[in-house]
Amino acid sequence: MEGNIFLGDEFMQRERIRICVMRVGGSNRDGDIASCLEDQGVNVEILHLNDILRRRNLATYDALIFPGGFAYGDYVRAGAIWAKRILSFLKDDMRRFVEARKPILGICNGFQVLVELGLLPGFDFLSEQPQSALASNKSGHFECRWVTLRRNPRSNCLFTRNLPDLFRFPVAHGEGRFIAANKEILDRVVESNQIAFQYARGDGKLADSSYPENPNGSILDIAGLSDPSGTILGLMPHPEDAYWGYQLPDWTLGRKPEAHGDGYALIKAMVDYVEQAL
Amino acid sequence: MKLAVQESLKLVASDEKRAFQLAKNLGTGLDEREVKEVRSYYRKIGREPTEIELQTIGQTWSEHCFHKIFKSPIQIGKNLVDGLLRSYISKATEEIEANWLISAFKDNAGIIKFEETYSIAAKVETHNHPSTIDPFGGAATGVGGVIRDILGVWAQPIANTDVLCFGELDFPYSKLPSGIRHPKYLMKGVVAGVGNYGNNVGIPTVNGAVYFDNSFTGYTLVFCGCIGLLKNRNYVKSAKPGDILVIAGSRTGRDGIHGVNFASEKIGSNADKLRPAVQIPNPIVEERLKRAVLEIADRHLASAITDLGGGGFSSAVCETARGYGCGAEVDLASVPLSVQDLAPWEIWISETQERMLLVVPEPTLAKVLSVFEREEIEASAFGKLTEGNELYLHYRGEHLGRLDFGFLFGPPLPKLVAKTPTTKVAGKDPVKLFAQANVSNDLLAVLRSPNVASKEAIVRTYDHEVQGNTVVKPFQYPNSGPNDAAVIKPVPNSDRGLVISCGFNPSHGLIDTYWMAASAIDEAIRNNIAVGGRRIALLDNFAWGDVDKPENLGSLVRAAEACYAFAKGFGTPFISGKDSLYNETPLGEIAPTLVITALGIVPEISRCISSDFKEPGNSIYLIGETKSEFGGSEYFRMKHFRGGLVPRVDAQVASSLYRTMNRVLDQPFARSCHDLSAGGLAVAMAEMCFARMLGATVYLPEIQSGKSKLSETETLFSESNSRFLVEIQQGEEDKFEKMMKGFVFTKIGTISTNKLQIHDHAKKKIIDLPISECYNAWKGTFS
Repeated sequence: MEGNIFLGDEFMQRERIRICVMRVGGSNRDGDIASCLEDQGVNVEILHLNDILRRRNLATYDALIFPGGFAYGDYVRAGAIWAKRILSFLKDDMRRFVEARKPILGICNGFQVLVELGLLPGFDFLSEQPQSALASNKSGHFECRWVTLRRNPRSNCLFTRNLPDLFRFPVAHGEGRFIAANKEILDRVVESNQIAFQYARGDGKLADSSYPENPNGSILDIAGLSDPSGTILGLMPHPEDAYWGYQLPDWTLGRKPEAHGDGYALIKAMVDYVEQAL
Repeated sequence: MKLAVQESLKLVASDEKRAFQLAKNLGTGLDEREVKEVRSYYRKIGREPTEIELQTIGQTWSEHCFHKIFKSPIQIGKNLVDGLLRSYISKATEEIEANWLISAFKDNAGIIKFEETYSIAAKVETHNHPSTIDPFGGAATGVGGVIRDILGVWAQPIANTDVLCFGELDFPYSKLPSGIRHPKYLMKGVVAGVGNYGNNVGIPTVNGAVYFDNSFTGYTLVFCGCIGLLKNRNYVKSAKPGDILVIAGSRTGRDGIHGVNFASEKIGSNADKLRPAVQIPNPIVEERLKRAVLEIADRHLASAITDLGGGGFSSAVCETARGYGCGAEVDLASVPLSVQDLAPWEIWISETQERMLLVVPEPTLAKVLSVFEREEIEASAFGKLTEGNELYLHYRGEHLGRLDFGFLFGPPLPKLVAKTPTTKVAGKDPVKLFAQANVSNDLLAVLRSPNVASKEAIVRTYDHEVQGNTVVKPFQYPNSGPNDAAVIKPVPNSDRGLVISCGFNPSHGLIDTYWMAASAIDEAIRNNIAVGGRRIALLDNFAWGDVDKPENLGSLVRAAEACYAFAKGFGTPFISGKDSLYNETPLGEIAPTLVITALGIVPEISRCISSDFKEPGNSIYLIGETKSEFGGSEYFRMKHFRGGLVPRVDAQVASSLYRTMNRVLDQPFARSCHDLSAGGLAVAMAEMCFARMLGATVYLPEIQSGKSKLSETETLFSESNSRFLVEIQQGEEDKFEKMMKGFVFTKIGTISTNKLQIHDHAKKKIIDLPISECYNAWKGTFS
């Protein structure tokens, strides 16, 4: 597989970037995203929330990732326990991190955490009362499949700026149906272009709630949501499992995988953003 | 030292009958012969056994832990078989002498070389009894247990497999005896349990099968497999006297007491009563346990490891100590408990899940404990390995027991008697069936049959993408045609792939277990070959009925004979196996079932090939010899006919073909490949069309079989082994045909756009179906 070739200066710069992948008991896709970031040439550390609480060093990182998994078993609402622990023990550090406009990416379980933290849709910064939720899939079961996603061209999200209009990631979740607390919130999300991308059909039309193109019944086919500033992204699909060409579901068509899948563009966009900010 | 002998437990002083009753009252599961042996041993050493000693003996000598049926001599006719394992299964492995084999039948899992710095560990477990009693919990703990087997050789779990068998889903509720669960109920719980556990721990479930047969009604077979990636330098086995025993994971409770004894009990209307013998799953504890164990492995902080499974501490401590030529001393009061009123013997044999036993040199103990603490896993030292050959158990100053390992690990093996099974062939294959066939309707009916129909609705509830290494997935994009095997690319910066496949057919087992085993081995291997696998290792998992019946034991002997013959014939060693016996319900015995898991290597993943037809105009070839072999076929099932000839295997012809297939499929002109199995040629052809909704125009060849020619129906639906369909790039047929010289192969058609059209020998269209109609039939059964 073709690796990433960095030119001298660029590489030096990237080496200075430090990205934190936070995990707790039950997180399980931390390794998947970490290996993509390593490929991007940045420093990546997978840190248990307990370690972050002990070291109090969140501010030393340039970006923060909440990876997929089943944090604390997700035995109450998905992501809820993790979020409550952060709100209880790390709220100020998180607030400063967000105010510094450092990128935050929540994938799958991580998306659920961002919503439970009130960081998404993010009208009421770090709120105890989430304005939306990721409810159980309409089908009632866990679903693992590749989906087609359509980028919102009016989105200001820093993560999606290099993605093509249509792209593919896999989903793997049981609770991914985005719902809002009320119509006002949903309207605001739409008006402020916070929908980063939506579930679509192969021909590019929106899934319009049809299964399995929209795998969870998410309202307005919402698959990825950003905060108003575009620096925080939560998404149910997994860009980290669509990073390499050999992860694509149909690479065997040509007997030789491409170098990268669409996840590469999303993850690289985040690193590029951090690099420019440094 | 005075041992805590209970007045009421005087086995030596009692008469034989009373002694047996005493042992039985304790739930030890010991039979009369074994109690006799226990009595004579204790008489010899001049004392009475203690309660915990008897429980330890009961655990160690259970079929679940000691595998007496596979180790004991068996008289069959005039032949004396010196143990099925020794005479057949591990014998094949020894004689094949593969230099890439690292550990077979010795550790918690079989281990094979993968590349320079990594090996692959693999294990498949059965969890049939527990899953029948408590489908969700039984299946989930089955997955959890096999993951810990992989951790038990210091490997990182990278893939799960699962093969499930149920009764047919349309079984009338009114015919179910009381206390017996309907197949739908069992399936729902088992599927949820498998998915929940694997998904939560973050291990992709990549391969398996779901099978339905009425012999499983009221019962379920759950084969859970786990594959691990092992850093060679982490494969540490250096425990010695003085090293500390550490228990890590869940607190020990009163779950799964006497699970190993119950594993060989028959299940009837007592299902609810048996529920306490089933353990309770907690995948999130396992996820944290996994992280801690892998860190300890990487830092080389421990000298040995094993999981706590059947038999709890009793099995784990005794087997580990004995394996390293040590004794062991255990303080049961140091074990953290979830309920405080456990008797010491209950602590000792409890099968609480998510626990691992580590053996740790004293200087690194503090480091090990701190690793567990960071992952929020409770860990405690509770004993140590000692010089000598003896187990010593104590609890709050009380001496509970002393047991000599020589005695404990030398149970009296029974001499078993088996009867050669009568081959259940119901005469010749029914020629009439074939003559009157409407092949078009038959194809749709077979595609709808639950054993052939798409299991997408089930399989997509399992995460097969997590860890990001699943290179060939269970289904092919976009319309989810079935692939023959999964491929994992487990090592970063290495293009080497691991090919995981399986083979089994319980319907064969109802007729002839020898050819069932041969067919299962061939199917697992050809599934592997079809995707690009080579250098194949096998795992065997037997699920049988009551082997105290001589004819059932005889059918087991026949299957084991085939395992030897065909593993040897293919040069594919067994690296691990497990048996589950006494699987019965009030409705009768289960079909004898052998699940074969095959692990192959693909040197670069770009050599992988998927089963979907790629491009209209390309040529379709049928490879391998088709005979009229319909025993246990889906065609016969659809026609409600049981019997016929179970497909045979010629290992010499097949293995030579498979070597050539490897070379052929490595060529860019090979575009897709699919093995022929349930439903034969017709089903395989349809399945290759599905992923990209292409069609095929096929002209059936005239096939000579013995003195007669096969009818079109036979050609389309026979389930003869060792066959493939291959798509060859248009214009490159010559290159392919040249490579295939000397083998049986025929060009049978070309890929088209949206219709499946099949012509008979007179070039008359006998099937003309829109591919969408075939697809809807295939998809509709489970959705």
